[in-house]
Amino acid sequence: MTAFQGVWILAEQSAGRVLRISHELLARGRELAQKRGTDLTAVLLGWNVCREDLQELIERGADRVVVMESPVLEHFLVEPAAAALAEIIRQYKPEILIAGATSTGRTLMPYVAVGIHTGLTADCTVLDIEAGTGNLLQTRPTIGGNVLATIKTQNDRPQMATVRPRSTRPAPRDPGRRGEIIRLQPPEDLPPGRIKRLGFVPDQDEHPLADADVAVAVGRGIKKGENIPLVQRLANSLGAALGATRDVVDRGWLSYPHQIGLSGQTITPKLYVGVGVSGSIQHLAGMQTSETIVAVNNDPDAPIFQVADLGIVGDLFEVVPVLTERIKQSRSSS
Amino acid sequence: MRIIVPIKQVPETSAVRLDEQTGTMIREGVEAIVNPLDLYAIELAIQLREQLGGEVVSISMGPPKAATSLREAVAMGCDRGVLLSDKAFAGSDTWATSYVLSEAIRRIGVFDLVICGERATDGDTGQVGPGIAAFLNLPVVTYVAKVDSVDNGTCRVRRRVEDGYELLEASLPVVLTVVKEIANPRLPTLRGKQRAKAGDIPVWDAELLNLQAGQTGLSGSPTRVVKIFKPKLARRCEKLNALDEQGVELAADRCVEFLRERNLL
Ligand SMILES: Cc1cc2nc3c(=O)[nH]c(=O)nc-3n(C[C@H](O)[C@H](O)[C@H](O)COP(=O)(O)OP(=O)(O)OC[C@H]3O[C@@H](n4cnc5c(N)ncnc54)[C@H](O)[C@@H]3O)c2cc1C
Ligand SMILES: Nc1ncnc2c1ncn2[C@@H]1O[C@H](COP(=O)(O)O)[C@@H](O)[C@H]1O
Repeated sequence: MTAFQGVWILAEQSAGRVLRISHELLARGRELAQKRGTDLTAVLLGWNVCREDLQELIERGADRVVVMESPVLEHFLVEPAAAALAEIIRQYKPEILIAGATSTGRTLMPYVAVGIHTGLTADCTVLDIEAGTGNLLQTRPTIGGNVLATIKTQNDRPQMATVRPRSTRPAPRDPGRRGEIIRLQPPEDLPPGRIKRLGFVPDQDEHPLADADVAVAVGRGIKKGENIPLVQRLANSLGAALGATRDVVDRGWLSYPHQIGLSGQTITPKLYVGVGVSGSIQHLAGMQTSETIVAVNNDPDAPIFQVADLGIVGDLFEVVPVLTERIKQSRSSS
Repeated sequence: MRIIVPIKQVPETSAVRLDEQTGTMIREGVEAIVNPLDLYAIELAIQLREQLGGEVVSISMGPPKAATSLREAVAMGCDRGVLLSDKAFAGSDTWATSYVLSEAIRRIGVFDLVICGERATDGDTGQVGPGIAAFLNLPVVTYVAKVDSVDNGTCRVRRRVEDGYELLEASLPVVLTVVKEIANPRLPTLRGKQRAKAGDIPVWDAELLNLQAGQTGLSGSPTRVVKIFKPKLARRCEKLNALDEQGVELAADRCVEFLRERNLL
């Protein structure tokens, strides 16, 4: 086991451009590498990957970037990607490998984990290094998000985990930071695999929630779908994207892309404002890591207040219109 | 055409509580159901059999009582069910679960499709589908939202990804995991229920499956749960009372000031 060293993250690309999840993983990886006293490597599979983007991985914290390029790695196809990644793991023996819980990471990682016989923990919210043993402590919500479980991969290496996109902010960029870029030749027998990609149908509407710096979430306290505009106006005054709890989405007051939480989106905005949101464990799982949390709720004991930085105890139908006005005034006067 | 559908029996999650003294789950009195997301896999399998002929075999690894889930699958329209049950399977993580399921699938014989749910609502990992595929050395397509066609030894599917749908063609046999968009699960029929009641659910154990010792259960699982706990919520909340008109005004003013202090306005 001592042959296995270093913290690795699986970077992702699309059309040759490195995706944001890679930078989020670098933030996680940097922390682990520091605690473990080792270095951080980003591994990337693709084709014709933008050179500046590789350099950016270094500027955002990678000490080393290992990239393997081949036409069969241009789009994610599980068989060639798994063969390539397994080969790289055998060669470099990372001690820890973290990927995003994306459609790619959630498919590739379990496929590879079986192939190389090691453990994998999905959707971790907290990753830490155990003092003394140096083992990776992988904490994730389980049983419908009601409880957290800490999981270890004791005897197999690498220790593998996925983390949800947007559950951390991207690692900051330090221009001029130095590191090494290693280009690997794909193995000659890299299989094209038994799946062919025939095309792609992009989504029509955008989902601005995931990228928003400010999000306002509405909960069942709003009482009726017709009242949503009240909260929409608050969101507009803050330049925020509108999100919702599952109860609101289930009632058809807003569509599924608005759902924040365990079975919806995870967001990490600079500011989250919850209006008439109780703060169930499942909802918190999707917004707890927001930098600043403000809540409006008429129940002083609502759990949302336990994660809030500022809590307004009051009737949202009274508070929100006044608050919206004050924010507008404040913005126009600055 | 033979389609195999692995289904999991799970506790009705919203009812599970935690014994905070011991850190263990209180499962007593909690109803066991078919993993809701597996109903979509069953529905797709039945639809494909209705179109193409053949049989749908549902399999489940779990304690003896998981047989009731397989009967439910038969009541919906699966042709038969096989229960994989053995004390040696208890405590399996996704690696060991995928191993047992893949060996059972091999034993069933020639097949065209394995269709899994997106994830189980208890473990919630979504790792077993790709895991089975890896053990069987088969391709896997996850997050399938639509099957466009199955013919000439291939299937064409739409795969839901972050920003759209991939159109993929896979050669058979292939493992699919499906999302809710795929179909609307049907309810069991009365005739189906009668068939399910009358039918036999064979039980396969480690010996019958010829499984290697130490590859299943806790000892065959690379991962281990070392702690279970209730999340601690911790931020110091500045609480403002806005219970009357004046309180509302003051709270709104303070909120604006707070946002300014943090450079959020
Ligand atoms: C497996 C599973 C997955 C789930 N996934 C998600 C998920 O992804 N996202 C999610 O959000 N939920 C999810 N849930 C549901 C979750 O458990 C809660 O039911 C849900 O989050 C509650 O939504 P809510 O806060 O809008 O409603 P409620 O819990 O009903 O809260 C409404 C709040 O509004 C307040 N209120 C009422 N009237 C007023 C008023 N006039 N002024 C101010 N405040 C008022 C009340 O005090 C209350 O706190 C999931 C559940 C399960 C079992
Ligand atoms: N014990 C099991 N028995 C049968 N199928 C299972 C079992 N566990 C998981 N599966 C299948 O794998 C899918 C994903 O489960 P999971 O990886 O546990 O989230 C489920 O939707 C089922 O189709």
